[in-house]
Amino acid sequence: MKNTNIDNSKNTGSAGIKRRSFVKLFGGGILFIFNPFAGLDLFSSPAEQGRTLTKDYNAFLRIASDGTVTCYTGKIEMGQGIITSLPQMMADELDVPLNKIKMVMGDTDLCPYDAGTWGSLSTQVFGPAMRAAAAEAKAVLTEMASTRLKVPADRLQVKDGVVSDIKNPSVRVSYGQLAQGRKLEKYLDVKPQVEDYTKFVYTTKPLKRHDAVEKVTGKAKYAGDLRLPGMVFARILRPPSHGAKLESVDVSGAEQVKGTQVVRDGDFIAVLNENQERASEAIVKIKAEYSFNELKVNDKTLFDRMVGADSRSSVVRTSGDLEAGFRESDRIFESEFRDPYVAHAPIETHTALASYDGDKVTVWAATQTPFGLQDGIVRELGLPLEKVRVITPYVGGGFGGKNAFQQGIEAAKLAILSRKPVMVVWTREEEFFYDNFHPAGVIRVRSGIDKNGLIKLWDYNIYYSGTRGSETIYDVPHVRATSYSQNMNAVQIHPFSTGPWRAPNNNTNTFARESQIDIMASAAGIDPLEFRLRNLKDEKMIECLKAVADKFGYTPSKTPGGRGIGIACGHDANTWVAAIAEVRVDKSTGRVQVLRVACSQDMGLCVNPQGALLQMEGCITMGLGYALTEEIQFEGGVIKNKNFDTYEIPRFSWVPKIECVILDRKDKPPTGGGEPAIILIGALLANAIHDATGARMYQMPFTRKRVLEALKKV
Amino acid sequence: MEEKIGFYLNGKKTEILTDPSQTLLSVLRNQLGLTGTKFGCGTGFCGACTVLIDNEPVRSCTVPVSDASGKRVITIEGLSKNGKLHPLQQAFVDHDAFQCGYCTPGMIMTALGLLLKNPSPTREQIIEGLDENLCRCGAHVRIIDAVLEAGTKMRGGK
Ligand code: FES
Ligand code: FES
Repeated sequence: MKNTNIDNSKNTGSAGIKRRSFVKLFGGGILFIFNPFAGLDLFSSPAEQGRTLTKDYNAFLRIASDGTVTCYTGKIEMGQGIITSLPQMMADELDVPLNKIKMVMGDTDLCPYDAGTWGSLSTQVFGPAMRAAAAEAKAVLTEMASTRLKVPADRLQVKDGVVSDIKNPSVRVSYGQLAQGRKLEKYLDVKPQVEDYTKFVYTTKPLKRHDAVEKVTGKAKYAGDLRLPGMVFARILRPPSHGAKLESVDVSGAEQVKGTQVVRDGDFIAVLNENQERASEAIVKIKAEYSFNELKVNDKTLFDRMVGADSRSSVVRTSGDLEAGFRESDRIFESEFRDPYVAHAPIETHTALASYDGDKVTVWAATQTPFGLQDGIVRELGLPLEKVRVITPYVGGGFGGKNAFQQGIEAAKLAILSRKPVMVVWTREEEFFYDNFHPAGVIRVRSGIDKNGLIKLWDYNIYYSGTRGSETIYDVPHVRATSYSQNMNAVQIHPFSTGPWRAPNNNTNTFARESQIDIMASAAGIDPLEFRLRNLKDEKMIECLKAVADKFGYTPSKTPGGRGIGIACGHDANTWVAAIAEVRVDKSTGRVQVLRVACSQDMGLCVNPQGALLQMEGCITMGLGYALTEEIQFEGGVIKNKNFDTYEIPRFSWVPKIECVILDRKDKPPTGGGEPAIILIGALLANAIHDATGARMYQMPFTRKRVLEALKKV
Repeated sequence: MEEKIGFYLNGKKTEILTDPSQTLLSVLRNQLGLTGTKFGCGTGFCGACTVLIDNEPVRSCTVPVSDASGKRVITIEGLSKNGKLHPLQQAFVDHDAFQCGYCTPGMIMTALGLLLKNPSPTREQIIEGLDENLCRCGAHVRIIDAVLEAGTKMRGGK
């Protein structure tokens, strides 16, 4: 690692913006600038679409003359815990008291550009890299102290932010004193090597959460909890369906509601009121007529439409030749798997507060992408970039849903139009309506096995749900995977916007692959674990399967064996996972109760086992939803699910006994932990239901109705 | 339309001038500045807005503020005493019983209502008692453990 003093004139920042002189902005001190992601080869997998991170420097550490250390990052805190782990790591590494460390997160004025926060990355990777940066910064500070004190650096020690001579402790200088009168920018080249991770093992001690006390006392401020003098609440007129066009409108009813101001900009109409409930009262008094020009499609016809569409096709991977695969196979299996649109449904809806001073707009938003929102406001409202500031308070869950930031643009627009601070809190219905859903899709698989139960053929076709996680993972000689996606000249297939949902696409692909594997194992009369092991060469996958079998106490059996035990495995974000579940199926009602889930995970060096376990449990619990109940019902552009009564998410009574094993890989770099386990749950439960009853589930979620229908076919 | 309404809020006698048909949630958050109580669905389905009225867990998004008139209302802000966390709060911290924390105030208030009625609930009773409270982050297992532990502590008089 080396440190370089950088001539600012040579630097242009990300997104084409000329890099500001940050020290000027912060008013002095010593500023360390670095990129915690440099040197981490996390994004090599072709399936990591949309996950490219800025290659630019994107974190700052500032030492002020009073000794305060502030860490600035464009990342945000939404439950993954970086607001806790970072200050502790910083304090440890820099040798300063914890109360001297401040975090500034997701503020576009103060923090360097960051593409967005994705759960898997932050805790596992960001932390250790920041730690390496802090260590580096300490070395630089010690160097500076050495010059100042005229004592060789190796004779200096640091304690509580004070550098002193080991031989003569009265020869000393504090970080704060070093920073006094300085305006110094130092760019750190932080490239933690694989071996370096072992020195982070001390982070494996459980960390006390920094945000915990605030969150259990109600003091933690989310966007909706902020208040500004003169603030008004907004409600916005919404179309009854996607694609509906406003034809005529009469707002006089709304104007009659006391204290209401109606704001209009083209088809964008909102009511403002200091009283939140009056705003809600007013909005329903607006009479609006619409014309409709919707796609003739609903949640039932969608799948045939996808398969029959004029699509753009691309072969994502191929090896061997399918003809040979057919010849070498003794039995061929053809299946079609379906996955509907799924909502993110964080408990905190999209919320934003905006204020405009006539020159600059400031938006406090529940968002995973503060810089994306800033760009969005620039684009849509035509303000210059430096006149838009986005600040991110605590975020009440994201899961990819808060990569979309429409509510922030709405609040900004209303603040500018009304010249008042405006709070936009989406209702639950708006949240369902405007979600960027997990994309629906169809997977068609044709596969074949020989007499020994070895897979010879794998012809895999993805319709509209995306390719992440579509690797075969098994050792198959003849493979082709084809992805069918939107043909720009053809009719639109997804009737509304879709986007990343925890482990994008991989849930669908793992459901299809691991179900198909089970179908073949069952037909061949081979225990599903044995069948997998027989067809795997991937050592990590094999290890994970063995570890989870051990944890579960698995005993082999052909399926369906009436036990209700299912297996699934796969990988995501360079993390390998395997799970075994036990379910009970009520054959009269179709209700599936998951009794136990054991899960193993190989995520390289596990930096924070406590955090990783939390994430695994979270994944398994959340996964129960997409597997058992979650499904957007729609007719044309109308979203029928308006609240949690028709869109059921996991509850306490659904949660199984969860047992997790994290494989110890101290020699491997840490990989993502926020998402992997969730990919397994669909196939895991489908396979367990099959083992319990002989019924095969081809469409998620496995609602009571679908289970009953499948039971009829047994 | 405005009326004077009085109740005991977190132990303190409180009187406000308000439209009595407004929800208790709005009044707490927007008029009384207690934003610890959260909005999640507005229709009683998620439990994020739960407070206690006379020790009964109530979804404050569904009741008019007039329902609280003359009663004792406890919100998440009223639990810690002199900076010391309530055993439930402490147990949530100790068990990492949340991720984003947005459902947490409602979970704690619902659990408190449960423990006040049944000081030594079984695991099953806790599950039943919290089943109408939603957590999207999947912190369920930890929440159950936290409530079990808090129950034990509260019985110990700590
Ligand atoms: S906000 Fe009251 S129950 Fe959801
Ligand atoms: S912790 Fe996020 S909703 Fe429960």
